[in-house]
Amino acid sequence: MNEETNITCILCPIGCEIRINKKELFIIDGAKCEKGIEYSKNEVFNPKRILTTSILVKNGILPLLSVKTSKPIPKEKIFKILKIIKRTSVNAPVEMGEIIIQNVLGTGSDIIATKTIKKFETS
Amino acid sequence: MILIKVTSDVTVIGGGPAGLAAGISAKESGAEKVIIIDRNNWIGGILPQCIHDGFGIEATGLSQTGPEYINEYIKKARNLGITLLIETMVLNFNNKLEIISASKKGLLKIKSKSIILAMGCREKTRGNLIIPGDRPSGIYTAGLAQALINLYNIMPGKNIVILGSGDVGLIMARRLKIEGANILGVIEILPYPNGLPRNVVQCLKDYNIPLFLNHTITSIEGKDRLKKITIAKVDKNKKPILGTEKTIKCDTLLLSVGLIPENEISSDAGIIIDSSTGGPIVNQDYRTTIPGIYACGNCLQVYDTVDLLSIHAKIAGRQSAINTLKENNNNINYADKKIIVKPGNGIKHIIPQQINITGMINFSIRVDEPKNSTKISFKLNKNEIFIKNLKYLNPASIINVKVKIPKFSKNNILEVSLNE
Ligand SMILES: Cc1cc2nc3c(=O)[nH]c(=O)nc-3n(C[C@H](O)[C@H](O)[C@H](O)COP(=O)(O)OP(=O)(O)OC[C@H]3O[C@@H](n4cnc5c(N)ncnc54)[C@H](O)[C@@H]3O)c2cc1C
Ligand code: SF4
Repeated sequence: MNEETNITCILCPIGCEIRINKKELFIIDGAKCEKGIEYSKNEVFNPKRILTTSILVKNGILPLLSVKTSKPIPKEKIFKILKIIKRTSVNAPVEMGEIIIQNVLGTGSDIIATKTIKKFETS
Repeated sequence: MILIKVTSDVTVIGGGPAGLAAGISAKESGAEKVIIIDRNNWIGGILPQCIHDGFGIEATGLSQTGPEYINEYIKKARNLGITLLIETMVLNFNNKLEIISASKKGLLKIKSKSIILAMGCREKTRGNLIIPGDRPSGIYTAGLAQALINLYNIMPGKNIVILGSGDVGLIMARRLKIEGANILGVIEILPYPNGLPRNVVQCLKDYNIPLFLNHTITSIEGKDRLKKITIAKVDKNKKPILGTEKTIKCDTLLLSVGLIPENEISSDAGIIIDSSTGGPIVNQDYRTTIPGIYACGNCLQVYDTVDLLSIHAKIAGRQSAINTLKENNNNINYADKKIIVKPGNGIKHIIPQQINITGMINFSIRVDEPKNSTKISFKLNKNEIFIKNLKYLNPASIINVKVKIPKFSKNNILEVSLNE
């Protein structure tokens, strides 16, 4: 019962709707190429995403620092990680690529800066 | 007012990803003095506000965020000694390749051997649509909302509806959801989403945001601030179906209903604009109808991804450099030898619109509607010179086709069409 699910393959602009058996991970139909089969199995079994958002910066020339996870993180952890990010703030200056939070929520992925933000100098 | 006079080999108008890619390529192809001009107080165009990842996948296999992607281009431009002028707005230019721009220091007049247009695009607003009802506050374009939240930390609202399922709208749905807003739905008049599948999945499905296909907004209500909107299903002719109306209480409406290439200064200079792309008519070198002036990026055609945009911009840059190296630049006149390219059945637009040489030509084509399988045919003066099977076409992505153009004499027409 209801062991079937639909996955949209995102690997190319065609966007195949692939029907897959959730329990036994076999493809029912819809994949137009091999890549989609691998992708849809991963999507059911262990969906992961790169998370991008921003963090408050103090004394910067901009109020926000854009950040991302250094590796894809499990989809179901997105909102928990966002909560941690929301509680965090950093001081300018910040360099692009700097680690802001290490091994966030034990995922093995760091939160890193995707922008350089200079210090706001009052002259 | 002071008038500063300068000369240059290649001058690029617009410092976004297209302008940077073109400028770098011009310099690397031998243009000595390259200037890139932008009216913003930063270089990079729209990319610093696009903090999501998804840039550069096709070109490098790596998915970078907008600011990371553009940073490498800016570094490279600086290292090559390209002059980057910010807070400088180009007011006009002419067919003698003289550019007038305004900056804090005064008016700047640049006499250039080649010009590259890279002004990007702007968003359609409510003025471009016809939605009946009140005119309350709380209605923004998706790109403006993106700048507010990602650059200035200002939330546009709490209960939000998005009109249009283009990529900017989809990305904003996720962005605002992550920041704690309620996204009540994305309304799309077409029977299919307008953005890339990647964005439909990762921005809407991941966050359970409803997508209303075949729907439109029939009214907007609210005195000062937006209070509610009414949506309805549409029939085949995109007319609202009576009795299918539904009201949605919301305080904010984001419009993601299309982009228009920015070309006021181009048409003022006398460059001919293609009504289907919204950008200048160009030949295989991305040269516009004025010799010495080239076009690239979103002001040439609205691209889906930055990857293809950069590849084309680099060609425009290289050609602009070759033009400066010619003895008698600006005088190459192709007028007596040309093919006019015409979009036929099923084709929304095609670039280049003119061809002046024989040999392999790269065409970028956008189709009218999604198709599972079809043939594309190129007919030169009614004789088929190329035919190819194409599968799974989608108007959301530009297709590339390489075609060998045979020898030709004076006036010719190349018609490109789909036949089932
Ligand atoms: C609001 C918006 C959001 C977008 N978001 C995404 C996204 O999330 N993901 C994605 O893949 N693509 C996105 N795009 C598409 C994206 O714009 C393109 O991939 C790419 O940035 C276009 O590059 P460009 O260099 O052609 O234009 P732009 O990046 O727009 O750069 C054009 C530059 O020209 C300057 N300019 C224009 N006129 C003049 C003048 N007269 N004088 C001086 N300077 C001038 C502008 O200030 C601007 O800096 C978005 C587009 C828009 C409009
Ligand atoms: S299954 Fe293959 S063809 Fe279909 S969307 Fe995925 S990559 Fe593209």
